[in-house]
Amino acid sequence: MSPAGKSSLVDIFDRHEKDVLNAWVDLQLRSASSRRDLIKDDELKEQSSQFLRLVREAVTRAGTDGLDGPAWAPVRDLLASISQSRARQGFTPSETATFVLSLKEPLFARLTETSGDARALAAEVWKATTLLDALGLYTTEVYQKTREQLIAEQQREMLELSTPVVQLWEGVLGLPLIGTLDSARTQVVMENLLQRIVDTGARIAVIDITGVPTVDTLVAQHLLKTVAAARLMGADCIISGIRPQIAQTIVHLGLELNTVATKATLADAFALAMQRVGLTVVRATPRG
Amino acid sequence: MERIPILKMGPFLLVSIQVDMHDRLALTLQDDLTSRIVSDHARGVLIDISALEVVDSFIGRMLGNIAAMSRILDAETVVVGMRPAVAITLVELGMSLSGVRTALNVERAMDMLQAAVATSVAAPGSEPVNGHSTD
Amino acid sequence: MATVRTEKLPVETSEDVVRVRQAVRAWAVELGFSLVDQTKIVTAASELARNTVVYGGGGTCELESLQADNRRGLRLTFADQGPGIADIEQALKDGFTSGNGLGLGLGGARRLSNEFDIRSQPGAGTWVQIARWK
Repeated sequence: MSPAGKSSLVDIFDRHEKDVLNAWVDLQLRSASSRRDLIKDDELKEQSSQFLRLVREAVTRAGTDGLDGPAWAPVRDLLASISQSRARQGFTPSETATFVLSLKEPLFARLTETSGDARALAAEVWKATTLLDALGLYTTEVYQKTREQLIAEQQREMLELSTPVVQLWEGVLGLPLIGTLDSARTQVVMENLLQRIVDTGARIAVIDITGVPTVDTLVAQHLLKTVAAARLMGADCIISGIRPQIAQTIVHLGLELNTVATKATLADAFALAMQRVGLTVVRATPRG
Repeated sequence: MERIPILKMGPFLLVSIQVDMHDRLALTLQDDLTSRIVSDHARGVLIDISALEVVDSFIGRMLGNIAAMSRILDAETVVVGMRPAVAITLVELGMSLSGVRTALNVERAMDMLQAAVATSVAAPGSEPVNGHSTD
Repeated sequence: MATVRTEKLPVETSEDVVRVRQAVRAWAVELGFSLVDQTKIVTAASELARNTVVYGGGGTCELESLQADNRRGLRLTFADQGPGIADIEQALKDGFTSGNGLGLGLGGARRLSNEFDIRSQPGAGTWVQIARWK
């Protein structure tokens, strides 16, 4: 009787690796889930060949147990990198896991051919199936995490797009805020505005909150922090677009805005900004 | 002993902090600047912190102290070039540095200092100030 | 959660405070923190390191890089055998001076970090731990 977990599988890999590889690659290419539109045949062959080789080395060293251990690290790393790239390319979770699971068929075929003993065969098949299932599940986990990361990145990009900083005039920036302001969003907005102040050498930033539905203590705090940070850098802020309801809320909450210039409309804020940078608007052509 | 160099430019003193200062160095700078304001009859101080990647509460207090002390000595202080990440962190830390004037760059700071000096009366015996108002 | 790497630094002099800042910066950069997050944790470390030198009579700073659920983090632990803090809540309130002037340091470090923990008793030294996650 051969030592548990090692014998027949190792034998298969030692003597039949090439055959198993060819059968496996063939099976993948024929299957609908291989997504030949997203991955080149050569690349798939390369990944499969690498995977088989690493699995053989791992099984030879440490058997099929302890998949978390150092012996299986190269396999885990390879699967992680394959899963991550497939998650980003748009493969489905099943398509990604199928890479590993499809190895079962050619592997079992070889095991059946080479094993004489039904009970030994059953034991080997069981070991092989638990191994590949575990690796398949690992693949899915990495896939999930990668998708989550991708979504977080896209969310952040959207946040940046939805709060553009515009140059109203030389030295005057405008930041029209639209929608609700939460902690994460305000962070992005703040960093963006401050960087633009440095890039453009702006002296004034007009933050317009006409499009912000509610202002509670948290939102007000975020705004005040942004204004304070801009001031530390040498730029002044004017907050505009304060609707009557918001003015009431601010007073009710007892918030102190007396260090910040505020205007009801963006137009008024712009006029104030022009005044502060020392510019006047003069009519060039007579009215009418 | 190591010190941050202080340069004189007309009625102004210029300091550019280029190193990660330990507390003693910061205190020495504070003392040196105060002495120089008096000995050089300086009317303004420009502190360039554009190279500082970190400004903690100690350095922040130092800047505030310098601004306050210089004001008592009839000089105006402008802190120049705070980086965005530093500004965000200082605000989160809780320092507003409300008594400190700030500018985005040295040109802007010089305009501010010259405007401040031009509107104040020159002390008898000091050099005439070639100030001009900004536009 | 696993600790991937650790390093312990002495925090005895004001030069050590600078060294701690530089070490924390290097680790934060390696862990891939954004510039703002780097600045926040380095500044928090500066505050706590200074407290350790000035009020704690000197101590140590342990840096640990952490790994949990695919997220990476940086944890700093400042420990000293100094006089300790009698009223921690009070010390955390900004601008507080206990005669030794703890000021903004402790509360500031807490605001700048994702995680904050402190243990201190008069005569039993002070232990402060902060962490920031990527």
